Amino acid sequence: MSTETTKRAKRGVPEGLWKKCPGCNETIYTKTADELLGCCPECNHHFYVSGKERIRQVLDEGTFEEWDADLMPTDPLQFKDKKAYADRIVSEQQRTGLNDAAITGTGMIRARRVALGLTDSAFIMGSMGSVVGERLTRLIERATEQNLPLIIISGSGGGARMHEGILSLMQMAKVSAALARYDNAGGLFISVLTNPTMGGVAASFASLGDVVFAEPRALVGFAGPRTIKATIRIELPEGFQTSEFLLEHGYVDRIVPRDRLKSEIARTIDYCGK
Amino acid sequence: MSSSVQPLPFEQPIVELHQQLAELESGDESSSKDVRSEIKELKKQIADTTQEVFSNLSPWKVVQVARHQNRPYTRDYLQLVFDEFVELHGDRHFGDDRAILTGFAKLDSQRVMVVGHQKGRTVKERTECYFGCAHPEGYRKAMAKMRMAEKYGLPIICFIDTPGAYPGVGAEERGQAWVIAENMYEMSRLKTPIICVVIGEGGSGGALGIGVGDRVAMLEFSYYSVISPEGCAGILWKSHEFAENAAEALKFTSEHLPGLGVVDDVIPEPLGGAHRDHQQMAVQIKQYLTKTLRDLTSTSTEDMLDNRYAKFRAMGKFLEEAEA
Repeated sequence: MSTETTKRAKRGVPEGLWKKCPGCNETIYTKTADELLGCCPECNHHFYVSGKERIRQVLDEGTFEEWDADLMPTDPLQFKDKKAYADRIVSEQQRTGLNDAAITGTGMIRARRVALGLTDSAFIMGSMGSVVGERLTRLIERATEQNLPLIIISGSGGGARMHEGILSLMQMAKVSAALARYDNAGGLFISVLTNPTMGGVAASFASLGDVVFAEPRALVGFAGPRTIKATIRIELPEGFQTSEFLLEHGYVDRIVPRDRLKSEIARTIDYCGK
Repeated sequence: MSSSVQPLPFEQPIVELHQQLAELESGDESSSKDVRSEIKELKKQIADTTQEVFSNLSPWKVVQVARHQNRPYTRDYLQLVFDEFVELHGDRHFGDDRAILTGFAKLDSQRVMVVGHQKGRTVKERTECYFGCAHPEGYRKAMAKMRMAEKYGLPIICFIDTPGAYPGVGAEERGQAWVIAENMYEMSRLKTPIICVVIGEGGSGGALGIGVGDRVAMLEFSYYSVISPEGCAGILWKSHEFAENAAEALKFTSEHLPGLGVVDDVIPEPLGGAHRDHQQMAVQIKQYLTKTLRDLTSTSTEDMLDNRYAKFRAMGKFLEEAEA
């Protein structure tokens, strides 16, 4: 609440030292949540964590080697809404420190080499444009060539990125086709769904895992809740489009809390003999 | 042009000329020499005006033509393009989605599997098909029939015409995201030729769910987009009223899509759009399908699959620093 922030600021407490948990409404010590991998100590609500933090959480320390970091987004349609896409790219890059929404590379998970990709929902809603599609496709192709288990952790409220128009839509087909070839080669793909995973990201690589994990209470679905509400004009059921909802309907293998993710991935790799 | 056609606002000049023509033709002196030459002149004027209106359609007008109520739908082409259609129903899991039609068809002597969105013409049919917005069972049905086509060596022809996959509670419960992903994944490796033709609206993931093939074509006045212009306007301009601006910005018409490497071929429409002459449109589509199938069946399956992969693999535009 803004009034509380003002009050605290007056008392001279550094901003961000405390935060309010949207899960239980408790005010919690940020550092405690950080030590719990970005989870609420009271209710285990999973906060957003950045892509870089995610890599630290999942991979063995110091093992990450990034691939294709030199790919940069461009503006193929000279797209302009209220703001030009070219300018939006620059401001998002400055704001997030990322050059686009996906980070890919290789590293070790409890001494098992893997190909790891993720989308960071901070960069234009984690939406998939050409760079995200290309990085993931190259990741999948390298995983195929090097016979590596593939982990993709998705977070995207945006789905396919509107600003690159049809080219974004086609990234869904491109990445899915690469995954089909990886599957032909016998690869193991573990997809991890985090809050939120929506639209064209949900409707492509995120749902194509041999094994699909989801973080607790993540919003996952095809159409956004507002679109659905506007179309059918009824109140949406409690818990609609959450990880738990998808588990119940048969689309998620396991709900995996963040502190268990690394060991659950390692165990799955071992079961599949990869 | 049949009288049931609801003219679009920008078609008004054409409609008025048609009315004048009808009056002259039904008049008492329609056989007199003067009137006959007037009729001839008017017909030329109609053709010129139609040509002029339709050669300069803005993207937003293209959307309106693509959504025209008298535009031929999949079911029309099943009658006009093919010699026979044997509908196959059901996804074997949940139901028979009327928003996607599937079945055997004969293209002259060539047996094929047709999969296509159906929007519906009558109110009853439109309601049954959710205006061409498929549910997961529609995509599952499509995949089941496409797998069968692969098994029996039938080429697949997909007609794309949807505002988008249906956004609803049941659709989410039955895995809308999952089935669209699964269809792209499987279509990329089905061992039989696939031709996709966008005949009206190519609405986002709902279109792509039956849109991965060896050739992707679009009709001249169709559009194929990552999001509807209204949806895009609502998100980026914060109001649906900016749909026209969004239509402009998204570059989703046949003018731009071939240049972006997304569409292989544009099939020209009859003068004034497909809704004015279903028969002629069907002839154009049939020619295209026949020729393209001949090309595809002369390629080995392995090469065909490599080409299909390479085609989608090349899509996207980005910058890459030259390796030092």
